[in-house]
Amino acid sequence: MKQVTVPFLVMLAKVLSGATVRWVDCEPDTCQRVYFANHTSHLDALVLWASLPKPIRALTRPVAAADYWQGGPVRRYMAKSFNALLIDRTKIKVHNSPIDMMIRSIGDTESLIVFPEGGRNHQPEMRPFKSGLFYLAKKRPDLELVPVYIDNLNRVMPKGQFLPVPLLSCISIGAPIWLESGEKKGSFLNRARQAVLDMKDGSDAES
Amino acid sequence: MLLLAISYQNVVPATPNSDRLFDFWTSLLILAMLVVLAVLLLAGQILKRQPESVFDPAIVRTFNKRVSTWLTICVLLVVSLLFNRTVTVVLFGLISLWALREFITMTPTRRGDHGTLAWLIFGFTPLQYVMVAMNLYDFYTIVIPVYASLFIPARIAFTGDHKRFLERSAKIQFGLLICVYALSHTPALLYLELETYDSVTQTKVPWTGKTAGLLFFFIVIVQVSDMLHFVWDRLAGKHVIASAINTTKTWEGVIGSACCTALVGILLQFVTPFTWYGAGFMASIISVMASSGSMTMSAIKRDRGVRDYGTLVQGHAGVLDRIDSVCFAAPIFFHATRFFLNAQ
Repeated sequence: MKQVTVPFLVMLAKVLSGATVRWVDCEPDTCQRVYFANHTSHLDALVLWASLPKPIRALTRPVAAADYWQGGPVRRYMAKSFNALLIDRTKIKVHNSPIDMMIRSIGDTESLIVFPEGGRNHQPEMRPFKSGLFYLAKKRPDLELVPVYIDNLNRVMPKGQFLPVPLLSCISIGAPIWLESGEKKGSFLNRARQAVLDMKDGSDAES
Repeated sequence: MLLLAISYQNVVPATPNSDRLFDFWTSLLILAMLVVLAVLLLAGQILKRQPESVFDPAIVRTFNKRVSTWLTICVLLVVSLLFNRTVTVVLFGLISLWALREFITMTPTRRGDHGTLAWLIFGFTPLQYVMVAMNLYDFYTIVIPVYASLFIPARIAFTGDHKRFLERSAKIQFGLLICVYALSHTPALLYLELETYDSVTQTKVPWTGKTAGLLFFFIVIVQVSDMLHFVWDRLAGKHVIASAINTTKTWEGVIGSACCTALVGILLQFVTPFTWYGAGFMASIISVMASSGSMTMSAIKRDRGVRDYGTLVQGHAGVLDRIDSVCFAAPIFFHATRFFLNAQ
């Protein structure tokens, strides 16, 4: 069953989003990475995951909100198909932080897709990043942190709509960053956010 | 060769109510067109290898891109026509959807427009092509200009977002009109039932040719017109029409290509129901409309600050860049033909 539905989902995501993928200063690689992106649509996780090359896709898990992806059998099935790591935002405890869950689940092979803005953003400006990315980088300094800018996908499927309008979108993947030794939380998060914004400006300049 | 073989069967037994879409002359035109395009493709590859001082590489690249897109479109068209008319209609429907997608991606809309856009893509576009395939002339000519154009502002008003209301309605209406309504008149040519004037018996007789010939006449004339426009602009262009919109389009190009295209139209008269002067007249109308189409699209692109739709999002072919001239010429050619020659 999964052999049929997963390629179908991938194809559907690609057709609906019309996504072009640009690898800017970054090559597709199966090494352990954390792709962090701006978040404007429910489709973000699915489309970004689908636009990775197949061998990388098999090793990459999008981190998504449990309250959305467990709402209804179709979403639950989809989340299972693309191997999502569901985080329950209401049950975050100190002894069971999502960061520990993420680190446990990826082991030494898998990569993650995260959206450090916290929730979906409906303003044109990107929101400040939540601190999760910083703690992730601190606990696992070996992970490559890859900035991704997702453009136009919020117009394909904005909040509160169930029917996507297949426009053209663009996914820009930039050069990896790491946590510098002794770098403070605030400045690291700003730097990470700027890395995503740089990819946005890059795609504007070329069009 | 396949085409000739198919049409050969058609010519010799001459079954009068045969459902085949090609006759001998149409196949000849298609073959000639494909050969010319293949030669141009080859020429483009040779030009690419020349040193940069001989030819401007930017022009060569544009030329190659144009030729290869046209070759793709023509091959798809021929293949679809080998099946039947409905497949051709579906093909044009998909081209429409792609063009509409590019158009809307380029023009900013607001969150309140999402529902309207979904209606366009899942409602009006398929409906238009279904009506064309069912040959419902009375409906497909009015559904978009009347019903959709009233529906769109109303639907936007119901969402309650009044910011830049007129601008948003106009953008969406224009996109639908150009990318879907206008383009759908191209496959609609296949369904025309025409009659010609027989000068010997002095009566009107049903046209015995194939409407696929008419369709290819149209496509070839548009391409030829685009090409001649380019050549005239380069060789004789003096008076730029509107340098703020397009720095290369000149009056000499418009007039020169209209006249030369008329000559090509007369040469290709054999696939059409027109007389020789009728074919020339139609060709020049197509040429003028094609020029207007690319000027209009240039104006939109200039306003939006994009050079062409292909670079809008990297890696996309830019369908709208190729079909802007077709879109403007199709409804005019369709209605002019129908006005003069429709079988009552």
